[in-house]
Amino acid sequence: MTAIDTRPKPAETFASRYSTFLRRRASLMPTLSAVVILIALLIGARVRFANFLSPGNLSALLLDNAYLIVLAVGLTLVIITGGIDLSVGSVMAFTGILCASLLAQGLPAFLVVPIMLVGGALIGLLIGVLVQYFNVQPFIASLAGLFLARGLAFVVSLSSIRVEDPAILWLQRTRWSVGGWYITPTGIIALLVVAIAFFVMHWTRFGRTVYAIGGSEQSARLMGLDVARTKVLVYVISGVCGGLAGLLLTAYSGAGYPRNGIGTELDAIAAVVIGGTLLTGGTGYVLGSLIGVLVYGTIKKLISFMGAEQSWMQIIIGALLLVFIVVQRLIVARSQRRGR
Amino acid sequence: MEERRPLLELTGATVRFGADTAIDAVDFRLFPGEVHSLMGENGAGKSTLIKAITGALPLDEGALTLDGEHVHFSSPQDAQRAGISTVYQEIDLLPNVSVAENIALGREPRRLGVIDWRTMRSEARAVLADLGLDIDPASLLGTHSLAVQQLVAIARAISTDVKVLVLDEPTSSLDVDEVAELFRVVRDLTRRGVAVLFVSHFIDQVYELCDRVTVLRDGRLVGEYLTNELLRIELVQAMLGRTAASLDAKTRAEVDPTMPREPYLSARGVTVGNGIRDADVDMIEGEVLGVAGLLGSGRTELARAITGADRVSAGIIRIAGREQHGMHPQRAINLGVVYSSENRRTEGIIADLSVLDNITLALQAEEGVFRRIRPDRRRELAMSWVEALDIRPPDLDRPAGTLSGGNQQKLLLARLLALSPRVLVLDEPTRGIDVGAKVEVQNLVGELADNGLSVMFISAELEEVLRVGNRVTILRDGRIVDTLPSSMLTVDSLLALVARPEEIDG
Repeated sequence: MTAIDTRPKPAETFASRYSTFLRRRASLMPTLSAVVILIALLIGARVRFANFLSPGNLSALLLDNAYLIVLAVGLTLVIITGGIDLSVGSVMAFTGILCASLLAQGLPAFLVVPIMLVGGALIGLLIGVLVQYFNVQPFIASLAGLFLARGLAFVVSLSSIRVEDPAILWLQRTRWSVGGWYITPTGIIALLVVAIAFFVMHWTRFGRTVYAIGGSEQSARLMGLDVARTKVLVYVISGVCGGLAGLLLTAYSGAGYPRNGIGTELDAIAAVVIGGTLLTGGTGYVLGSLIGVLVYGTIKKLISFMGAEQSWMQIIIGALLLVFIVVQRLIVARSQRRGR
Repeated sequence: MEERRPLLELTGATVRFGADTAIDAVDFRLFPGEVHSLMGENGAGKSTLIKAITGALPLDEGALTLDGEHVHFSSPQDAQRAGISTVYQEIDLLPNVSVAENIALGREPRRLGVIDWRTMRSEARAVLADLGLDIDPASLLGTHSLAVQQLVAIARAISTDVKVLVLDEPTSSLDVDEVAELFRVVRDLTRRGVAVLFVSHFIDQVYELCDRVTVLRDGRLVGEYLTNELLRIELVQAMLGRTAASLDAKTRAEVDPTMPREPYLSARGVTVGNGIRDADVDMIEGEVLGVAGLLGSGRTELARAITGADRVSAGIIRIAGREQHGMHPQRAINLGVVYSSENRRTEGIIADLSVLDNITLALQAEEGVFRRIRPDRRRELAMSWVEALDIRPPDLDRPAGTLSGGNQQKLLLARLLALSPRVLVLDEPTRGIDVGAKVEVQNLVGELADNGLSVMFISAELEEVLRVGNRVTILRDGRIVDTLPSSMLTVDSLLALVARPEEIDG
């Protein structure tokens, strides 16, 4: 076994740099392949449709998927701990309809928005406590959260409620543009969420604890990390992201609707997995999830450009997921072999 | 030396699990700057004592003093803060994050509340350099070998202000050079006044490294000795509580070489990737084939190849006179070739299932779902194996995970033997089990061969391979160097073959 002995001092050849990269960032490979797929998709779309890569079209990609980005970010944290949160779509619907209803009753937006976030956080807290202190499987606990949030949404209203509040609509209607490119406040919020999550995951003890739990919960505990608090907190964060996504979606559609986001949790999971996060936990990146959502959004847009049935969307996403899960398995199997 | 005040002292320690008393009024002391070994058979209470010291288990009675002050630890973190660090046999680290994080996480350097990666890496590099390890602190832990991971665990333990370092079986996954490296590190630490509690089944290592030995038996203190005043035979006697003569494994009778027999399994030119290349093996019934080689020499790969656990990339395997293609474990079992993995815990026993289920598992799988073995027949069968192999405690309904290492190994053997195999491949069956159980397993292997079984016995301990095997296959760097009758070998000549055969003519 050559384990202890000194590796030769790496001369800065390409090969040695590549192997150092692999040893440090092997888990980045799935995310990089998502980037490659995104680029390939965009090039392919450009070849087929000359106007696909127009600034307006690309800007709309961010705008249309802002809520999904926020959901995917929260979910990424949960999945890295080795858990899952199925409630995000329903939480988004619940907070969205709650927002529309409260605004319709005359509450000011500066009160409504915190209420939405707290509402999401409470559902997340419930799931987190179930998972951590009652040892409920995350799948089951968040399924309970899913039904609870969906039920609450119907309690608030059975039908769609229009939103007239200027502050909420401002989030969507304001467009700051440079050239043909534009960005809305909703887009900025989504990107801000990604940036904050990136910072938290890589530069704080909380973030590293999230990774540690995904690696081995037992070891993380022995290292003196606060496993219980962290695990509850990731579900709370996911809930808050659900609430924020509710705000973005309400602004986007100009209304609250209790049937919003049915199945969106699965879209979000798909985006996270395509972005290179392992469902078994331990590896993944929020930036990857951003890429995953963009891949998802691009495929969706491409299909509407082609005028094809949206059912193709599901098939393509399904196929892509399959490819990614197989790629991930291969990478995991390889790193395990090396570890032996 | 006796006049100094102990750094850590445990008096009258008692820990109970329900009605069972795991340790009973045990006294233990640890002086600064010494290496102290805790010895005893499996189930003697070593791990319970360690857990009591490291705060993983509460004391039911007794007191713990550290540096003359009474302390009470309610968690391992408490003990860590007080300066007691532990490195466990099973590596408790995170494969998915960097080496530096594995060393520093939980007390990582921060600047303005933000993790200071640069400082973390340079500190990690310094600690690793202290251990003589030159690895990239930013690389993922999972990309390194188990031995390096073990040393990283030690790096983590000593990166704090450590007073007491507990090493629980730290050498079981290390090879000779790595053990020497570890010992150098341990001696270095003791010079700084650190007290080291070293638990190992390797008596040689205990004598090489330790100043003092405390022996436990059945949860009670037998005595505390200075290593250089204690003969090995006395140590073994203290551990086992019986005379050492009864310990000696039977030397295996020589198989008559004048009577050439057809091998039941024969492999020619077997190659699996880079793990094992061009290997020829003959497994003859009634014979034990010992396999000797260093860690990474292809021992496990050879075993996995001939039992169908891994796909063979080249070569021929003949079983019962017929060439086998596309071998897989189930087919191998059908042909009577069974394999016991070196990873007892992860690829062997199922800890949550009962002894009964563990024994009959493979047999039921072999029979198929639709031919259920009747429950009373199952119990009878399992009980007969428990008695035959002397598995203790003889309780069929106990979860297998609660058995000691030696008994888990016997349980695994029982499962395989229940299949009535023709060829038994045992990969390190005696690793991590105590001397007494080792000898029992060795004797058992001998008896099985006498009953007509063909056994492959893989072990890192050359003495054991020589004693158990009729013939010994020597592996080095993925190739079979030679296969010789064990009567032609001594431990020294075998060691020379395993290490560097070019200089010696086999």
